[in-house]
Amino acid sequence: MQEIMKKRAEELLQDGSVNRILGWKAGEFVYDITPFVFGSAEELDQGFVYNDFCGNNLSKYLVSESRKEGKILAFLKPCDTYSFNQLVKEHRILRENIYVIGIECGGKADIDKIKANGISGIVGIESCGSGFTVDTIYGRETVEKNSAFLERCTVCKSKKHVVYDELIGEDGEVLDAGRFDMVEKIEAMTTDERFEFWRGELSRCIRCNACRNVCPACTCERCVFDNENSGAASKASADTFEENMYHIIRAFHVAGRCTDCGECSRVCPQNIPLHLLNRKIILDIDELYGEFQAGEDTETCAPLTAFTKEDAEPGTVNKKGGN
Amino acid sequence: MQMNEVSEFKPKIVAFCCNWCSYAGADLAGNNRLNYPADVKIIRVPCSCRVNPMFILRAFQRGADGVIICGCHPGDCHYTSGNYYARRRMTVLFSMLDYLGIDRGRTRVEWVSAAEGAKFAATMNDFVETVTNLGENKRLGDLRCRK
Amino acid sequence: MLKLSLTRLDDLFTVIADKESLYLPVDTAVGQAQFKKWESGVKMSTALNTVRSAKDYFFPQTENIVDFRIQGKNIEIVDTRNESEDFILFGVRACDAKSFTILDKVFLAEPADTFYKSRREHGTVITLACTRPEETCFCSAFGIDPANPAGDISAWIAEGDIYFEAVTKKGADRIGIFASLLKDADDSAVKAQKEATAEIMAKLPLSGLNLKGFHADALNEKFRSPKWAELSKMCLGCGTCTFICPTCQCYDIRDFDTGHGVRRFRCWDSCMYSDFTKMSAGDPRHTQLERFRQRFMHKLIYFPANNDGVYGCVGCGRCLARCPISMNIAKVVKTLGDE
Repeated sequence: MQEIMKKRAEELLQDGSVNRILGWKAGEFVYDITPFVFGSAEELDQGFVYNDFCGNNLSKYLVSESRKEGKILAFLKPCDTYSFNQLVKEHRILRENIYVIGIECGGKADIDKIKANGISGIVGIESCGSGFTVDTIYGRETVEKNSAFLERCTVCKSKKHVVYDELIGEDGEVLDAGRFDMVEKIEAMTTDERFEFWRGELSRCIRCNACRNVCPACTCERCVFDNENSGAASKASADTFEENMYHIIRAFHVAGRCTDCGECSRVCPQNIPLHLLNRKIILDIDELYGEFQAGEDTETCAPLTAFTKEDAEPGTVNKKGGN
Repeated sequence: MQMNEVSEFKPKIVAFCCNWCSYAGADLAGNNRLNYPADVKIIRVPCSCRVNPMFILRAFQRGADGVIICGCHPGDCHYTSGNYYARRRMTVLFSMLDYLGIDRGRTRVEWVSAAEGAKFAATMNDFVETVTNLGENKRLGDLRCRK
Repeated sequence: MLKLSLTRLDDLFTVIADKESLYLPVDTAVGQAQFKKWESGVKMSTALNTVRSAKDYFFPQTENIVDFRIQGKNIEIVDTRNESEDFILFGVRACDAKSFTILDKVFLAEPADTFYKSRREHGTVITLACTRPEETCFCSAFGIDPANPAGDISAWIAEGDIYFEAVTKKGADRIGIFASLLKDADDSAVKAQKEATAEIMAKLPLSGLNLKGFHADALNEKFRSPKWAELSKMCLGCGTCTFICPTCQCYDIRDFDTGHGVRRFRCWDSCMYSDFTKMSAGDPRHTQLERFRQRFMHKLIYFPANNDGVYGCVGCGRCLARCPISMNIAKVVKTLGDE
């Protein structure tokens, strides 16, 4: 797969259709992948990689890249294509400057889950059928791939590419994978249990802002949290209120625009399950205003910028869940 | 409205009222000498749609125990469709707050027209009673703002 | 050297916690380790290192400096400092222990930061030697030996026992708190462990990390290198690296309007942010490239130039593990190092 992609990228560079390639670059160890813009065939040769650890969603880099001169080639996994459409809808990226190649994806791995098996001192990882063979300085280990998927890949919502100029590999189907199970479990808790759960999770937040900076829906040139005049600016959460406030506001700002790409949870250094906040809003929108998947197309109005005369009253949420 | 027992705790309520309907309704309640607790602080906004979720959070941060948003009846918004957007926005916000473990009774949306002075007073009385029973807002308050 | 059987670790913690607050690495519900206060029943984590370093205990993420109470036209200034009590940090690794000495160079230089100084004086650091370093470790590049972790008291877990040795005068004092539980021991098990660890360190992929080109004379050459562009291109500017780094020490001072006064506090800041050190004339670095370059120039060239060659990095590897786009100081060193 990697070689096919590299070859195609080189062809397009060669014939002048594109002048840059947005892809992934290999790191020191097999799993530390960096997104990268390759400008030449040599750079591609030296560093281009596509493996089980390429979890990064590349769409957000197109906000600045599509405004540069020339056309850029972007390799997008199915979940990335939803973010791409959402950004096109919001006029944040210039579609005409991008050549999209949709690529197949069987799920990406989470190195933390691999290490949770007590594996450390990794010097190499090879993909072998349905598992990984991990070479470490303490010995060789094997890990089943399906025990090491990123959380979002375990409940993958779609293997379908909703936008592409060209495809490498198979196009798949929209899936129904139970991604709201945990949300429903939390909804069924009592109010006090929910409060305890979220305090336990959000108290670990260190306000590194990785979730905001990696989120394709968060593209504001000047974020409310960096704006002294907004009343919400703060560099650190000085108390429990500010810990909650940051996440409530961010989840709300992306409400109806979040495509559930799962990057926020992947990058959080404290392993806070942020996707549970965004999926709750998605579930609410699906139930109250009809099934909606952000990024499915570039035309449909986002639910919070639309209305019907028969919308539910805000009090209806009180009928849901435990206590 | 009579309280059955003297309650020590007096909740602080912030009411966002749209200028054209609910604020006028509040005015009418006053003209008709209808009582409702003085702990309700009214903030006039041009439309219920003006209410940004950050206002609500800030009210709670600064010591409010309950926040209520009052607007025109759906279909009668002075700006035609503002309250429709507000309805969706508040529904999603309240659901999110509930999900995080904030008591449901602390937030409410009520549609009050300019002619419904009695409804305004009744709504405030009911809301104050609900929030009194819930007690002080500890979960969404900022300790630094307490005296 | 003194030792105690590992089976009696809980007794040790009980005795210490009786006298002073004890903080050690504890596993969280999501499989990571964090420093937490010890209470009966709490088990020490066996993870190699915590996600956040222990610098919080000397330099907390937010700290109140002073309160202003306003009444009419009067302003009352209230010192909100709470006198620190003595406390013990247990299980600190060699890299983090070294990071405290680096922070000392910044905060204890005249005029000393009294908040930090007070905490430093009240805190005792008990370190724990590493036996199973990870591929992300490169402390040896900075002259740190994970098998000799320093601190005030060093500890080694070997063959079912935990060995202690006081390193500083404060350590020699404090060891008295729990010395009654310890027995005299010869250090053969510890020696064997030190050799084993040295062998493992040599096998780590980053053990050859070469810092030769990074010194004050190379400042201009490194600053003007064209390679910063490719290194910084994908940086999100999120600040994760600065917050989990044990040596990062920048902070902002902010005022919070409480409604009845002002609370002045300081909080960690990140040089990766676009409004870092923003002044009335604007911010000094407009592009992410400049901010990215600044951070690594500081750690690798400016800081050692001002501090007798001590680098501003301890090779703990946290940035390697947690950067969302896997950019880190090791990659910078390799890309910009002398050929």
